[in-house]
Amino acid sequence: MSVNWFRFSSPVSFYPLAGAWSYWFAILAALLAGAGLVVGLVIAPTDATQGDAYRIIFIHVPAAWMAMFIYLVMAGWSALALGFNTRLSAMMAQALAPTGALMAAIALWTGAFWGRPTWGTYWAWDARMTSTLILLFLYLGVIALRSAIEDPRRADRACAVLALVGAVNVPIIYFSVQWWNTLHQGSSISMTAAPKMAMTMFADILIMTAAAWCYTISVVLARVQAIIVERERGASWLESLIDLRPKGTH
Amino acid sequence: MESPSAVDAIGWALRRDLRVAMRSKGELSVELLFYVIVVTLFPLATSPSRDTLATLGPGVLWTAALLAALLSLSRLFASDFRDGTLEQIALSPAPLVGLVSGKIAAHWLTTGLPVAAMAPLLGIQYGLDAPVLATLALSLLLGTPILSLVGAVGAALTLGARGGGSLLALLVLPLYAPVLIFGAGAVDAVRAGLSAAPHLSLLAAGLLLAILAAPFAVSAAVRIALD
Repeated sequence: MSVNWFRFSSPVSFYPLAGAWSYWFAILAALLAGAGLVVGLVIAPTDATQGDAYRIIFIHVPAAWMAMFIYLVMAGWSALALGFNTRLSAMMAQALAPTGALMAAIALWTGAFWGRPTWGTYWAWDARMTSTLILLFLYLGVIALRSAIEDPRRADRACAVLALVGAVNVPIIYFSVQWWNTLHQGSSISMTAAPKMAMTMFADILIMTAAAWCYTISVVLARVQAIIVERERGASWLESLIDLRPKGTH
Repeated sequence: MESPSAVDAIGWALRRDLRVAMRSKGELSVELLFYVIVVTLFPLATSPSRDTLATLGPGVLWTAALLAALLSLSRLFASDFRDGTLEQIALSPAPLVGLVSGKIAAHWLTTGLPVAAMAPLLGIQYGLDAPVLATLALSLLLGTPILSLVGAVGAALTLGARGGGSLLALLVLPLYAPVLIFGAGAVDAVRAGLSAAPHLSLLAAGLLLAILAAPFAVSAAVRIALD
């Protein structure tokens, strides 16, 4: 059976679906994060060289992966928005940007707190840290451009172009920063040599990554719902679903 | 009547923007002076010792070039957008990609090229020797067109948006990072006695990519702004 995907490109049919998915993915995210934290904080063994400080990677690594991945997803939705001129794709891109920025910020923040006990410094101009920082700037640029343009449809397309230009640049930035880093490796800290990881540790990173995925899907769909309500206020289909009148006017 | 080709469009926009630029020479010289002053401030902030300056030099000369390019980007479309010229340009039968390419070329000729010409002179102040200065000029010649091309995308996207200048900086500067790395890297390599060829080749590759891709993004962004 073939599914007509464009049916869901209309906010009318997508709004209820987003609500249901957001709900179930939130539950799934809570369950996975709970399990991941139990495994990460209780079951996983203490690392021989890093002690218990290493446990922050169970947050850090999933956040860093999500930060990069969300940018690509955002660029994908942006391409769809420009290609098919579908409003909902642009709304998805808009909803993804804050979560992507959050993930990049978490990755940098936890990276600093991991780096202090492990490498003795909060910040080093390591290739991955530097490119994550630039990635955070790219997210903030998209968010800032969005808020600087009054007309939402114009903002949609301007942000889509910016996201695509950024997506072309992300690999170039990553490569250039890595190259720059190898040429300037003055300090003796090697951050590319990953410590040997126990099976439980690796499995737990995967569980936490799944939790981060579910969290992202849930939050982004909830945010898309909010964006739809904001933009479609006054549409009759929306008023039949939820009550938008101010409290006390019933 | 036959509609003009992309080459005609590039030539027309290039001549037109150069003529406009030549009629406001004051603005152009202020942009170049900005570059000179920023470069002059660094020794005051650090130390006049030759070793320090020679180490800092390539980075400072390149970072200041980024800032100078950023400062001049608002000139690219904003005034044409304000007085409605840009809308008329977009309405013309000539391909918009060609017209914006001409404008970007004019922008580079009036900002990037003078900066690249001025940089070796300022490099002498930083105690850089002849081969390093030559590489500096060459890397700026290859790199500053990328700054104009990528910056044009940001300039077109922020047309009609609030908080123009600082927003433009937030959008454009992260995208400039690779140019800065390869550009300053080329100069540093020569200073360290290595070959600058890999850096310069990558800059040239970036330039080709930007020439191919950026005009299309710019014309899309201009159309979005004019909607």
